[in-house]
Amino acid sequence: MLFIILLTFVLAFSTLFLKGLGRSKFTGLLTLIPLSLFIYFLSYLPKIRSGKEVLLFRNEWVPSLGIAFDFKLDGLSLLFSLLITGIGALVYWYASYYLKGHIYIQRFFAYLGLFMGAMLGVVLSDNLISLFVFWELTSITSFFLIGFNNEDEDSRKSALWALGITGLGGFFLLSFAAVVGSIAGSYSIHELLTQSDFLKEHASYGILLFFLFMGAFTKSAQFPFHFWLPGAMKAPTPVSAYLHSATMVKAGIYLLARFTPVLGDHVYWNTTLQVIGGVTMLFGAIHSVFRKDMKGILAYTTISALGMIVFLLGVGSEKAIYAASIFILVHALYKATLFLVTGTVDHQTHTRDITQLGGLRKTMPALAGAALIAALSSAGIPLTFGFIGKEIIYDATYTYPINQWALVFTGVAVLTNVFLSAAGFLVGIKPFFGKVKERCQDVPKPSLQMWLPPVVLSVLSLVFGALPQLVNQGIIASVARAIGGKTIEMELALWHGFNEIVALSGGTIVLGIALYFAFKGYQNSLRIVARFDSLSPQHIFGFVVEKFRTFAYAYTRLFQSGYLRIYLMVIIVFFIGLVGYKLFADVPLRVNTEGLSEFRIYELVVFLITVIAIFFAINTPSRLSAIAATGVVGYCICLIFVFYGAPDLAMTQFAIDTLTVVLFVLVLFKLPGFLKLSNRKIQFRDAVVSIAFGGLISLITLQALVSPADKEISRYYAENAYVLAKGKNVVNVILVDFRGFDTLIETIVLSIAALGVYGLLKYRTKDEEISE
Amino acid sequence: MKKYQNKHHVLDTTILRTATNYLLPLLILFSLFVLLRGHYLSGGGFVGGLIASIAFVLHSFAYSTKQTLALFQFSPMRLIGIGLSLSIFSALVPVFIGLPVMTGVWFAESVAVIGAVGTALFFDIGVYLVVIGVVLTILFTIAENV
Repeated sequence: MLFIILLTFVLAFSTLFLKGLGRSKFTGLLTLIPLSLFIYFLSYLPKIRSGKEVLLFRNEWVPSLGIAFDFKLDGLSLLFSLLITGIGALVYWYASYYLKGHIYIQRFFAYLGLFMGAMLGVVLSDNLISLFVFWELTSITSFFLIGFNNEDEDSRKSALWALGITGLGGFFLLSFAAVVGSIAGSYSIHELLTQSDFLKEHASYGILLFFLFMGAFTKSAQFPFHFWLPGAMKAPTPVSAYLHSATMVKAGIYLLARFTPVLGDHVYWNTTLQVIGGVTMLFGAIHSVFRKDMKGILAYTTISALGMIVFLLGVGSEKAIYAASIFILVHALYKATLFLVTGTVDHQTHTRDITQLGGLRKTMPALAGAALIAALSSAGIPLTFGFIGKEIIYDATYTYPINQWALVFTGVAVLTNVFLSAAGFLVGIKPFFGKVKERCQDVPKPSLQMWLPPVVLSVLSLVFGALPQLVNQGIIASVARAIGGKTIEMELALWHGFNEIVALSGGTIVLGIALYFAFKGYQNSLRIVARFDSLSPQHIFGFVVEKFRTFAYAYTRLFQSGYLRIYLMVIIVFFIGLVGYKLFADVPLRVNTEGLSEFRIYELVVFLITVIAIFFAINTPSRLSAIAATGVVGYCICLIFVFYGAPDLAMTQFAIDTLTVVLFVLVLFKLPGFLKLSNRKIQFRDAVVSIAFGGLISLITLQALVSPADKEISRYYAENAYVLAKGKNVVNVILVDFRGFDTLIETIVLSIAALGVYGLLKYRTKDEEISE
Repeated sequence: MKKYQNKHHVLDTTILRTATNYLLPLLILFSLFVLLRGHYLSGGGFVGGLIASIAFVLHSFAYSTKQTLALFQFSPMRLIGIGLSLSIFSALVPVFIGLPVMTGVWFAESVAVIGAVGTALFFDIGVYLVVIGVVLTILFTIAENV
């Protein structure tokens, strides 16, 4: 399994090197990649369907931390894999024509392939950490896909929003993985299944849910994180079809479904999902009918549909889980159809504004048929797969055990479906039927690749709708088993006899049609929505982001002033604050002068020279003398090292000091004498900081004399220097042997510094040469 | 610009130049001596490298940066690469004979004057070269460009 996913990545990368792909007739051949993957996954269908066994593929990655590339194939992951590769194949084929001649077409297919591989990784991973890795990879690749038209500012902005929101969610998912891992002692999802009760009773259950939900809600565009999704419409239409129907946004749903048997069936879980899902589905559905852009309408219906699935998982009864399982497939089929239809309409007429479209059925009859079926399926009209999905959703809400909630849930579901049907009609019917609009005259006929994929999908919608047992026995039952944790038996049929549910369905259809006609001529619908813009989550998020940026600028200006003296002062003040606090708060200050020896005469002399040099350095008006004076201080310290028996230190310090002085001279030689940059105030401030710093260091030094030193390490080095490393000079042995890695890294750091200086200065000279 | 720089950076005295001619080889010899004795007495690659750098800096003061650079067959920057490679190679040598990275490996026979020879010595020589390369690169780049 790992091989399959890796192969997807490799193939995706290798498309980058196919030059001339844009003009080639063979772009469509790339479809073979997802198609063969589809067939591969299809071959597992009989196994998954028949047995209750779960197929596990184990690959170790970091065994010491419990991280692995384990993959698990059960009903849920198989359904998603089939959607990803199946719809992926159609999208590949469609895009090969849709983007024909685009200069970055090989880039596009590389992104698409990487994205597909990442999505497969998400739905197949059995290890939370590798799931997180693939999860983030989907965010990043979708960032590239959404921002594919990167010369367009809106595209870039939308891509950033999507990455920002889903990336934020990714952090929560990682937190979730870390907490679950530390509580349960395993990152493996199928092992977590056995600890379900333990996790639900754990004190951190609430936090776990919060982390998981944040991850899932951001990815699946649940309220109030929904707004990145309409923005993602800036992507080329085939990508939208893919992201919305089969992949990216469904990842959050997948995550919730995957953890339903582990963490679900708890009052927190159910209530949160019911509320968030319910709000999202209603919000998205109502918003959708106010749009005029076909893709905009579809984006909001996607939000609504995702809310519906979350809501059903929240309801949590057997029927609801079954309904969720079906609705994933229902939605994927009709949504992909409608998106591909939209793409074709856009491609042929160059507009997606529904007020300008009408009567297209004459030029593209097949496409009109596909759109009609998809619209009917989204409205849940009998004989389509959508009808079956809707029936079972109503059934699930209507039979909710608490009566008043059953009423509310059913009401919300009906209302949502009314709006969804109207929205479906707006996209699927309005552009094709009625009077032929001006824009729609003399439209070229779409080519085969542009109409066959949506037709295939819509035919599937019809087949599954007419013969529900086919898909029920095939996969839905095992999906429901994977989500519910146990076998759920349900019979799917077109006609259950006349009951309340059928009445509700009928009512929905009637109201949906009524709403469609009511909104049809409404031109200023966008303005109504615009009035509430300042209250929208997007606005609030934008506000927060803006404030954050302002704060970042202010903060940067404060600490990155560009003046070396300010940097030094910030560092020193921070050090004084931190170490000073620690010293006075936690360490009993004792100064023990007993162990100190008396000044010897040459020490006194050196000390006096140091003091004089310091005063000279402070007061001199010339840079060169100041440098010389600091050099003298350095040499005096060398002498002190010599007096106290540290020849290695003394030698190094001596050499370094010499070079420092030389360096300073080189740099400062050309500068004029001191300018009067500082006034009394600044000098006073500097004096306070330096005296505080010096005093603090002296205190620490004196304190170090009092505290008993831990001699064990130095003794170890002293005892083993010759035994282990054949050296008599302990300092050198430490440098080249015991702590050799430190030295190695330090030399590398030095080298980088030298290259940095070289690069900076050479670059500047070249710049000047050019400007001259 | 170059002319101006040379006039100011070069201390144009006969005594310094003459002294430097003798001091340069002596200082480099001394730095090698410090490098090699490091394992037994105070010294080592780092200090040795610094001393050698000082020798070249002195030379550049007496003559000019250009003439000092002419003493090298190649840019001192290359010393960084050579030194790092040597250090890393000596750290990897034990791996080839099945020991963990950075384990000291020693020749059985001691060499006259130097004493026991092992990977640590080559590691130290690497450090020595890196230090010379770094110091000279930084100083000469600055000297040429300020």
